[in-house]
Amino acid sequence: MSEHLLDVDDLYVEFRTRDGVAEAINGVSYTLDAGETLAVLGESGSGKSVTAQTIMGILDMPPGFITGGRILYNGKDLLTMPESERQKIRGAEIAMIFQDSLSALNPVFTVGDQIAEMFQVHRGMSKKEGMAKAVDLMEQVRIPGAKERVKDYPHQFSGGMRQRIMIAMAISLDPKVLIADEPTTALDVTVQAQIMDLLQDLQRERNMGMILITHDLGVVAGVADKIAVMYAGRIVESANVWDLYAKPAHPYTQGLLDSMPRVDSKGEELYAIKGLPPSLLALPPGCNFNPRCPHRRDKCVHEVPPTEEVAEDHTAACFFWKEVARG
Amino acid sequence: MGRYTIRRLLQMIPVVIGTTFIIYAMVWALPGDPFVGKCGDRPCPASYIAEMRAKFNLDDSLPVQYGKYLWNLLQGNFGESFSGRTVWSEIAQAFPVTFRLALIAIIIEIVIGISAGVLAALNRGGFWDNLILVSTLIVISIPVFVIGFLAQFTFGIKLAWFPPTVGPNATIYELILPAFVLASLSLAYVARLMRGNLAENLRADYVRTATSKGLSRRRVIGRHAVRNSLIPVVTFIGADFGALLGGAIVTEGIFNIRGIGGLLYLSIRTREGATVVGVVTVLVLVFLLVNLLVDILYGAIDPRIRYE
Repeated sequence: MSEHLLDVDDLYVEFRTRDGVAEAINGVSYTLDAGETLAVLGESGSGKSVTAQTIMGILDMPPGFITGGRILYNGKDLLTMPESERQKIRGAEIAMIFQDSLSALNPVFTVGDQIAEMFQVHRGMSKKEGMAKAVDLMEQVRIPGAKERVKDYPHQFSGGMRQRIMIAMAISLDPKVLIADEPTTALDVTVQAQIMDLLQDLQRERNMGMILITHDLGVVAGVADKIAVMYAGRIVESANVWDLYAKPAHPYTQGLLDSMPRVDSKGEELYAIKGLPPSLLALPPGCNFNPRCPHRRDKCVHEVPPTEEVAEDHTAACFFWKEVARG
Repeated sequence: MGRYTIRRLLQMIPVVIGTTFIIYAMVWALPGDPFVGKCGDRPCPASYIAEMRAKFNLDDSLPVQYGKYLWNLLQGNFGESFSGRTVWSEIAQAFPVTFRLALIAIIIEIVIGISAGVLAALNRGGFWDNLILVSTLIVISIPVFVIGFLAQFTFGIKLAWFPPTVGPNATIYELILPAFVLASLSLAYVARLMRGNLAENLRADYVRTATSKGLSRRRVIGRHAVRNSLIPVVTFIGADFGALLGGAIVTEGIFNIRGIGGLLYLSIRTREGATVVGVVTVLVLVFLLVNLLVDILYGAIDPRIRYE
């Protein structure tokens, strides 16, 4: 087996709640190499963020339980590693950017303070050295007047600038893997594009592996190398960007692509996947997507479709992918 | 900040005038004769009463009386009691005792209350959490005089760890037991407030961020979660300190402490109007100043609050 930078292997996570067991992740596998961008696409509740939190080791446990699988980082399993060792990787080698920068930054510390903390804790630097590094980083993420603003508090920044602070903090120690959990969802469209450009530039400069979690197909197309589409805790299709957009092999992916507004479909009603995402407390038997699927047969209700190879580096979990891909 | 402080100080003027006027009016408008029983068994001689009425301006109309009082007050003259002692000397004697007692009580509240709250929040649903929840509930439901007598009997008399009553010098050692009694109720509230805040903040997004930065759990909790949880607790403790400086009639009574609460109680009972008004004026001022300090401190720990 060739060694990847990050290798999530058959991961299972469940949440034991008062209402029952929610099967959040049901056998997710994906790999990431240096300099590569993997987009994880899916609706809310599809398990894309839970996977990321499990990689980071910031899943709330309990109620979360990892019931199976491995997460290999440079060949070492993060899940069996002692916490002290994992703490050194967390933030320094695998870093994460969160969606809502206002609540994700601590309101009572200056932004400089929060960036400097990375250097103080991981690199043993003094507060003063850390603050100098913070100014550096704020300049790298293109915050105007970084020197003056380093002593400002998070609430004194606009949403876009605040997200840049989050990014500066995440890349501060040159991580090998950067996980961006819906980094642009809380921002308006023009700012979204700027943040995505920034992330892409930083990733190229530093040759980071990036996992971009999103539900926005538009964001994905420009930046991702490959895409994993998640539905109800499973990866239903994964491929490189062009293959996936050109030849979707899973009915869910197809539905997602069809529901995107297009310039040439002006005036027509927008397509929508019928039905609602299933409750994780009571997943439908067989293929989880079957209640909403236009290609459903009897088999789909009784058997779980295996992940099949559609083409090179292109897999789909559908019995009838040939029919779907033919369109 | 400077302008804010000045504005707040100016706001105190009408508050002080308003409260002292109300107190003044109420004290002297109370039915009954202030000179009953002042001269032993016999009624006071007419000449004495006439002299006193003149000295305390009791024959003037209320606004004139109050005006004269306020004018003296502005010159730093709190007047005299009927017994001839200056009110200021009585306050100067009682207030340091109350201040010491309040300070010790507040320290107990901060140290034990916050620690208990943190301990409970970190062990939610566990042994310590339940122990702290139940014991604070008990403290909250028992009246303070019961706690006072119990503490005095147990720790002062039976175990004799502390002196059961406080002498005229009111040393710090003597004040520890009464301070515990005085602090007990607020301590329970502080512990519960801290527990609730911290338990909530432990689930906050910025705590998750702090964890994802690779910080130790100790640092995540001690630096990121606790700091935010302290904001409402500081407000509560500050207001409580202001209230404690107003004296504690029950606790002072049980432990024989000659503080401001006892002075006020005695003055009301013996109709020493000048003392009552004087003490209340000082208390109002102290309370307002403490509140101003708390508000300034609040701005210092929560940067989102800035006073323009």
